Amino acid sequence: MDILNALVAFANFVLIPATAYGAQLALGALGVTLIYGVLRFSNFAHGETMSFGAMVVVLVTALFQSWGISLGPLPTALLALPFGIAVTALLLLTTDRVVYKFYRKVKAAPVMLVIVSTGVMFVMNGVVRMVVGTEDRRFADGARFLVNARDFKAWSGLDEGLAIKTTQVITVVVALITVAALFWFLNKTRTGKSMRAFSDNEDLALLSGINPERVVTITWLLVAALATIAGALYGLDKSFKPFIYQQLLLPVFAAAIVGGIGNPLGAIAGGFVIAFSEVTLTYAFKKVITYLSPDSWSPDGLVQLLSTDYKFAVSFAILIIVLLFKPTGLFKGQSI
Amino acid sequence: MTFLHASEMRGGYGSGADILHGCTLTVQKGEIAVIVGPNGAGKSTAMKAVFGMLNLREGHVHLGGEDITQLSPQERVYKGMGFVPQTHNIFPTMTVRENLEMGAFIRNDDIEETIEQVYELFPAVKDKRNQNAGELSGGQRQQVAVGRALMTQPKLLMLDEPTAGVSPIVMDELFDRIIEVARTGISILMVEQNARQALEIADKGYVLVQGANAYTDTGAALLANPEVRRTFLGG
Ligand SMILES: Nc1ncnc2c1ncn2[C@@H]1O[C@H](COP(=O)(O)OP(=O)(O)OP(=O)(O)O)[C@@H](O)[C@H]1O
Ligand SMILES: [Mg+2]
Repeated sequence: MDILNALVAFANFVLIPATAYGAQLALGALGVTLIYGVLRFSNFAHGETMSFGAMVVVLVTALFQSWGISLGPLPTALLALPFGIAVTALLLLTTDRVVYKFYRKVKAAPVMLVIVSTGVMFVMNGVVRMVVGTEDRRFADGARFLVNARDFKAWSGLDEGLAIKTTQVITVVVALITVAALFWFLNKTRTGKSMRAFSDNEDLALLSGINPERVVTITWLLVAALATIAGALYGLDKSFKPFIYQQLLLPVFAAAIVGGIGNPLGAIAGGFVIAFSEVTLTYAFKKVITYLSPDSWSPDGLVQLLSTDYKFAVSFAILIIVLLFKPTGLFKGQSI
Repeated sequence: MTFLHASEMRGGYGSGADILHGCTLTVQKGEIAVIVGPNGAGKSTAMKAVFGMLNLREGHVHLGGEDITQLSPQERVYKGMGFVPQTHNIFPTMTVRENLEMGAFIRNDDIEETIEQVYELFPAVKDKRNQNAGELSGGQRQQVAVGRALMTQPKLLMLDEPTAGVSPIVMDELFDRIIEVARTGISILMVEQNARQALEIADKGYVLVQGANAYTDTGAALLANPEVRRTFLGG
């Protein structure tokens, strides 16, 4: 029995990757939840918004690299992030003026806006493909590992080496800063409070003199920041593949709904619930069990509950289970 | 001095049929005016019309001598009107204090003094200041709703059934508070289901039936009017 090695293996393949993935999903779900809370529709174009933001970050990173600008051990992409956010904000505000504003004016039903956002999704998808194509890009530079498996083995004398990627740590740190800033904004500033008021009771917000168009604009700005950061962090951690973001839409929505859509705290909790379920259920536990069992007995199979091909089924299943038993999500969100 | 003068209002919701058929409401400065009438008479609709939430097909609204018929509700807030709707009159997931802050959204000066005044007027609001407004009892909610409307320091406060779902004791208290507010020079226009008590504190009363004024008189005179007593006050 070797509990330490088992723990390290578990941390390596489940704990650390799921934490990073959870943080990325949480940021994505926060964007979805903000749009739902303020603009009152499920924005199916959110995955593509993440893709677009990440794309701008990739391009600006390449530009910086060609100029020889770098952040040393940190990825250059961090420097490119503000530019990605700015361009994405421009895209979202333009989309709002050209598309969504009209449907707000005619007070279109939410389901209509969902369809409209699906159209926006296809357009954004096309734009991204036209600009950067469909192939895979790695844009993470700087130090690859914060904790290296070989060094860890030498230091600890364990068989199993702990590896922590720089991008994983950056994901968690950036997500923490972003979430803290968002919550400070929503709970402490007058503008943030007016956004919550608008989300809570639109008519009363109007009666209180809150300008709805201003609230909408600020929401899109926040969404641009959240989507770009989420998209760029995901791309840094894995790689930038435009197609992937379309597939991320499901876990991101599942996270938002499971947590309680419209509720920012719920979006964060939902992100981690989905990420941990997905990673745990699709991880082959053979190694961990071998370490834990006496006399180096080892199970015959991989001890993997689900093949990784089914990882999206996990978000879907959790989504349905939660909706069946708690339609407003784990935290109290709006019921859908 | 006539502060609010809404004359001959005719209109309905969207492009639907008329609900108000020439309804006239006047409130003097610092006076309490009460609208009573059967369910569906158009009392809430008349309030919304005065506040600009309804397109009038005929008639005018004057506030302090100025014609505000064309102004949006927000613009009317800036002109000194405050409105507590009959339902959905708080921000449920925000704290009581934040509800008050949002009430004062249009103000750029220091609002602490007004918050203290509201706390003084409604001690229950002060006790619950850090709790989410959605977690309060019905009566406490109404107090928060009135407090929120007072935060803009309105010159005209419009209340649509402020005592709905409130126990008799709290109702008396709420009426006392409303009288206090009126004494500070704020004009009050309110719709009330508890017609008898409301008319007792009213300087002026309107009985609305099918979107038109049926009786208009001082509160005391309406209470004494046998016909009004028989048809609207239940004997
Ligand atoms: N939003 C709306 N859209 C269309 N019609 C409405 C709307 N609100 C009210 N009405 C109609 O207007 C008429 C008057 O309603 P209103 O709410 O003004 O009555 P009220 O006198 O306030 O009644 P109550 O004492 O029950 O509050 C009713 O026939 C109602 O069906
Ligand atoms: Mg009514």
